[in-house]
Amino acid sequence: MVDQVAQVAQMIVHGEAWTLKDLFVLPNEYVYWSIQIVMYPYMTGLVAGAFVLSSLYHVFGVEKLKAIARFALVFSFALLPVAMMPLMLHLMQPLRGINVLMTPHFTSAISAFGIVFLAYAVIVAAEIWFVYRKFIVESVQRLSAKAGRNAYESLLLLIYKLISLGAMDDSKEAYAADHKAVKLLAAIGIPVACFLHGYAGFIFGSVKANALWMTPLMPVIFICSAVVSGIALCIVSYYVFMEMRKWAAKRGKNFFLPDGIAHGSAAVNYDQLKSVQDHEVKMTSKYLLIFMTLALTLEILDMIFRGYTAVKSWDILRDVLFEHDFVKIFVLQYGIGNILPFLMLLLPGVTVRRAVLASAMVLFGVFMMRWNVVIGGQAFSLTFSGFMEYHLPIIPHNIETFKEGLGGALLVFGTPFVIFYFLNMIFPAFYTDDEGH
Amino acid sequence: MKRRDFMKNTAMFVAGASVSLSALELIDPQEVLAANPELRWGFLVDTHKCVGCGLCVKACKIENDIPLEANVTRTWVERYVIKKDGEVVMDSPKGALNGYTSKLLDQNKSGMREVADKDIAQAFFVPKLCNHCETPVCVQVCPVGATYQTADGAVLVDRKWCIGCGYCIMGCPYGVRFFHPIEHVADKCTFCYHRISNGGNTACAQACPFGARKIGNLRDPNDPVAKTVMGQRVGVLRDEYGTKPQVFYIGLNKEVH
Amino acid sequence: MKKHVWRPLYVVLGLIGCILVFRMFYIPDDFGTHDRGYTFGYHRLSNEQEWKEYPAKYKGTEYCKDCHSEKVESVAGSQHAMISCENCHGAAFGHPEEPAKLTIDRSRDLCIRCHSALYMPTSGRNDIPGIDPAQHNVDSECSECHNPHNPSLEDM
Repeated sequence: MVDQVAQVAQMIVHGEAWTLKDLFVLPNEYVYWSIQIVMYPYMTGLVAGAFVLSSLYHVFGVEKLKAIARFALVFSFALLPVAMMPLMLHLMQPLRGINVLMTPHFTSAISAFGIVFLAYAVIVAAEIWFVYRKFIVESVQRLSAKAGRNAYESLLLLIYKLISLGAMDDSKEAYAADHKAVKLLAAIGIPVACFLHGYAGFIFGSVKANALWMTPLMPVIFICSAVVSGIALCIVSYYVFMEMRKWAAKRGKNFFLPDGIAHGSAAVNYDQLKSVQDHEVKMTSKYLLIFMTLALTLEILDMIFRGYTAVKSWDILRDVLFEHDFVKIFVLQYGIGNILPFLMLLLPGVTVRRAVLASAMVLFGVFMMRWNVVIGGQAFSLTFSGFMEYHLPIIPHNIETFKEGLGGALLVFGTPFVIFYFLNMIFPAFYTDDEGH
Repeated sequence: MKRRDFMKNTAMFVAGASVSLSALELIDPQEVLAANPELRWGFLVDTHKCVGCGLCVKACKIENDIPLEANVTRTWVERYVIKKDGEVVMDSPKGALNGYTSKLLDQNKSGMREVADKDIAQAFFVPKLCNHCETPVCVQVCPVGATYQTADGAVLVDRKWCIGCGYCIMGCPYGVRFFHPIEHVADKCTFCYHRISNGGNTACAQACPFGARKIGNLRDPNDPVAKTVMGQRVGVLRDEYGTKPQVFYIGLNKEVH
Repeated sequence: MKKHVWRPLYVVLGLIGCILVFRMFYIPDDFGTHDRGYTFGYHRLSNEQEWKEYPAKYKGTEYCKDCHSEKVESVAGSQHAMISCENCHGAAFGHPEEPAKLTIDRSRDLCIRCHSALYMPTSGRNDIPGIDPAQHNVDSECSECHNPHNPSLEDM
C-alpha cells in the first residue's frame, strides 16, 4: 500500500527524535529549537542578573550588598562562557559559529551575539581586573618575596604577573583610579547586560511567524526574568559556598581552596561568616522581590492582552496555554516558581533557609518560563490546526540526542560551577579587603 | 578620566558599529527593479487542477537530493476536506510523497480519521512550496548572510556558510524550511534554480501531469504565469506577515493559509 | 591620572585588531552586499553560480525523444500523454551511459496515486476514473490488464 520509497530504512531528520505531532502539522515542522535554546536565554539571564546584582553595590553604592557583590561579579564571569555553550551545542555546524562574528548580518537579532557578547565579556573582565588589581599586586609581591615557592605558588605567581599586565603601581592614587574605573565599568555594564539579554528576548519577540513569541514585551520580560534568575542563583550559590566556607572555617581554612594556593590562611571566625551570610542572603532576597513583581506583572499583562485582543492565533494559543501546557505554565512556572516563593519572601520573619528555598524555587520558575516560551512557542503548528509535543531525550542514543537532551542541559548547567572553582583560585570571590591581607 | 574611560569602553562598539553601517543602506525597490527589469521568477498553482498524486513531491526530492525516506520536503501537497457542518479536516502524510491513495486522513498522534463521502461539502488539494517572497523574513533573520535573494527573486541557501542555527526555519511563516538530513544546513525550495537558470522547467512543474504548477517570469507580459497573475483573480498565502509571496494560487479558499 | 588604567584597553584593542586581521583572511572575496541590498542580498556571490551548476536529474520528454521517438509519439495520442516519461521510467540522469537501463516503476502504488477513487467534489481528482485499491484485483499488477501507454478501456 506504500511506494517502494517508504520501505527504505527510516532516516531521522533533525527534530524528529523528540517531536510528536498531533492533528494537522506541516511536514517540515518540528521542535527545532529544543532544550539548548531553553538553556541559552536561561544562562544568559543568569549572567546578566548576576552582573546587575554586583552593580547594585558598585554603581548605586548599596553597601549592604558589598559582600555578595564581589561574589556575583566573579560568578557572572564564570557563567559567561557558558552563555555561549548552548548555542554551540545547538548549531548544526558548530565550527562555523565564528561566522556570526565574521560576517554579521545586522538585520538578524542573532548577529549581534558575537559583538555584544564579546563587549560584555571585556567589560566584566576589565571590571574584575580593576576590582582585584590591589589583590593581584599584593599577591605578586607576597609570592615574589616568598623563598622556596612550591609548584602551585610558582604557577600562581606566573598567572598573577601575566594578568597584572605589568601594572604594579600600588600608590593610593592608583587604587583610587581603580575604584573610579570599577564604578564606570559597572555603570556601562548594566545597559550592556540588559542589551545582551534584551536582545535574547528580541530574538524571540521579533519572530513574526510565531504567534506566541511575537510581542514587543518579550525583551523587557526577558530582562526582568533575567535579573530575577541571576539574583536567585547568586543567593542560592552564595548560600551553598558560604556553607562550605563555614565548614572549612571550622577546620581553620579560609577560601576552601587547596592549601598551596590558599592566599594566606588567616583564621576566619565561624560566627562572623554566619552573620555575613545571614545578612547578605536576606538583603539580596529583598531585591529579588522587587524584580519578581516587575517580571510577573509584565508576563500577566502579556497574557491578558492576548486574551483580550484575541486575534486569529488566540484560539490555538488558548489551547496551548490552558490545556496542553497548563501544568507547566500555571502550576510549575507561576505556582511553584512565582507565587509560592513570592509569599515565602513576603511573609514576615524570613529565615536564611526560607529565603534560599524560595530563591531555588524562583530559579526553577524562571527555567520553566524559558521552557514555556521556547518549547511552548513551538507547541502548535503554523497551520493553527495541529500541535507538537516535545519529549526531552533523556537517554542519548547518539550525539544529537545527547547534545539536545538532558545530558547536554546538565553539562551546560554544571560547567559554570567548574569554571567558578578554578576562577576562585585566582580571584577569590569571598576575599574582602578587611579580611586576610 | 571619566570621558576617556568612556571612550575606552565604547571602542568595542565603534568597531562593531562600523561594520553595521552598511545595514543602514536600506534598499530602494525602484533601484532593484531597475537593476533587473527583465526577470523575476514567480510561480502559479492551480488548486482546481491538482489531483494529489504527489508526483511533484517525489520528483522534487529526487531532483534535489532530499532523501526520499526523510520526513522533510521542499514541496508538499495538503488535502482539505470541508464537511457540510463546516468542520475542516486536513492532512499531508509524508508531504504527499506517495500521493493520496486513501480516504483516511492522517491526524498524526490522533490516528486515522475517516470522513464519510456524504458529509463532504468540499474537498481539494493545495500544493505548497517556498514562496520566494519579495521581502523574505528568513533572509532578514539569517545572522551570517548564508541565505539571500538573487536579483531574479530566488531565495537560496549557501550550504558552505550556513551555521545551522535554525532562525530562518523559525522565521518562515510557511514552514518551507528544514534541516537537510545529510548536509546539516538549512534547506528549502530553490525554484530548481539550476534548471530554470539554464532554460528548464522546475522538476515539480515538469512532473505534474495536470499543469497545476507553473513557473514563469512575472516581468514578461507574454509569460503564461504573468498573464494569469495579472489577468485573473489569484491569491497568496498568509500575506498578513508582510512577506509579499510570489507563489500565486488559483482557487484559494479561506480555510487555506 | 594614572596610566595603568589604560592597560586593559590595549589588550582589548589588540584583540579587536586580531579579529579584524583574521576576518581579512577568513571572509571570501566575493562576500558582500549584492543585488538585493544589505537586508536581502548580503551573501557570497559565487554561491549563486554553485546553485546554477547543481546537476539536474530529470531531463524531460524531449530528451527521451532523441532515442525513443517512436515510443514518445505512440503515447502522444493516449490519455496518459501528459504524464512525463520520467514519472514512471525514472529520472534520466546518467542514462543511457550509466545506468544503461532505467528502473521502471510498474507498481500499483504508482497508478493509485491518481486512480484510487477519492470523493473530492471541488478537485480535478473527481474527474479521474478511480478504483478502490483494497477491492480491485488486489493481487495483480495494473499493467497485467491495463496498458499504461494506452490506458483506454475500450482498447483493452
